[in-house]
Amino acid sequence: MTNPFAYARAADEQDAVRLAAAPGTAFLAGGTDFLQLWRAGLAAPSRVIDIGRLALDRIEVRDDVLVIGALARLADAAGHPSIRRELPGLAQALLASASPQVRNMATVGGNLMQRTRCVYFRGADFACNKRAPGSGCSAIEGENRQHAILGSSSACVATHPSDLAVALVALGASVRLRGASGERRVTLEDFFLLPDDTPERETVLLAGELLVAVEVPRAPRRSAYLKLRDRASFEFAVVSACVAAEVRDGRIATIRVAAGGVGTTPWRLKACEAALAGARPDDTTLCAASALAAEGARPLGGNGFKVELLQHTVHRLLADVLVTPTSP
Amino acid sequence: MSMQDETIEIGLTVNGRSHRLAVPASVTLLDVLHDFLALTGTKKGCDMGSCGACTVLLDGRRVNACLALAAQQEGREILTIEGVAREGALHPLQAAFIARDALQCGYCTPGQIMSALGLIAEGGATSEAEIRENMSGNLCRCGAYANIVSAIVDAWSSPA
Repeated sequence: MTNPFAYARAADEQDAVRLAAAPGTAFLAGGTDFLQLWRAGLAAPSRVIDIGRLALDRIEVRDDVLVIGALARLADAAGHPSIRRELPGLAQALLASASPQVRNMATVGGNLMQRTRCVYFRGADFACNKRAPGSGCSAIEGENRQHAILGSSSACVATHPSDLAVALVALGASVRLRGASGERRVTLEDFFLLPDDTPERETVLLAGELLVAVEVPRAPRRSAYLKLRDRASFEFAVVSACVAAEVRDGRIATIRVAAGGVGTTPWRLKACEAALAGARPDDTTLCAASALAAEGARPLGGNGFKVELLQHTVHRLLADVLVTPTSP
Repeated sequence: MSMQDETIEIGLTVNGRSHRLAVPASVTLLDVLHDFLALTGTKKGCDMGSCGACTVLLDGRRVNACLALAAQQEGREILTIEGVAREGALHPLQAAFIARDALQCGYCTPGQIMSALGLIAEGGATSEAEIRENMSGNLCRCGAYANIVSAIVDAWSSPA
């Protein structure tokens, strides 16, 4: 039923990247998504490379950035004093992820690399362009309540499932990727790919390349994450959003807004941001900006409700972040 | 780097006892507990990390044994439900589950207790609502949740 695999434990980053140069390999860290994918036949490496012991689990506070090692556990990142103090939106997104058990196992890098929860992708009984390119998309005309209203293509409408990624996009984070020829840095927004005609390609990560760290710029800003789901806990988002902003002299000096559960990638709400940048955070402005939250949305048969839900989610977050404590 | 084929040698400590085992690379910690160590107290419910019946403490932290590859556990310390009682005396949390009637069929109970031990070690909850949120990784199909929360509150307030 499932494919056996060989196992290699990487001694260090260099060793991991060297081992991954062979075809058919997969990195293994927390394993929480990998084992589910493997049991479903969605991951079938001939050899897993265990990177779980590499020294990439540190969270380091530098002058300008907070560096979160890719192997930091979700629970450890959520409990880190600097993250709790400076980046509440990030801590909230982490604590809204999965269950306490999974948060003790799953890593930050693995969370960003997790595959979609689209039922047609996870179950093998239906056509899915992500699982079997060219086979078709069962969700477009199927049960698509959970699917994307933004960023979809005629090949794929699956949402990106990560809460963490939404918060990190709102916070302007970048990822550091290490390959055989060295390291490169990519903004998280550019890291994720739209499905277009190749939904099986989800990130710019190259074969054998290792996600080693996430970098979050440090700035005097406020942030919050709000997640709406079908049950109170341990569930993926129907709609979520993160707002990160700085109010200076009564005006919105910087603002970034991102949403989850609605896009094929963690979705930045640029029209909403543009309506807020430089403005006073009064009710008229917040209402006008929230109305733009789902700008460009193309709902499917079963998920039109997400348009209004997203607008209200963003409105509530904007009020929490921009109005409540900082403004008179 | 240590590179093996399908069979991996691992050393791990389970409930204070050291074991050296040769296990297939793709076998989970849960299956090792059952099939190699005959420790069947840890339950297999969903086998996909959703129900929490397989919760154990790994180096003191609660995890789903069904989502942990055994090959990755070299040198780790595991506590299962079989290791919770000391010298024949139930742990206060186990006693509280009995006193509060916090189970019906009992299948989820080992996972509930291990998860609650993990929660207590995290220093986690200050209200019943917080306990419920922090126990959301453990499902009980019999619906004994109210009594499970009461048992955790009791054990919390009594010395371990």
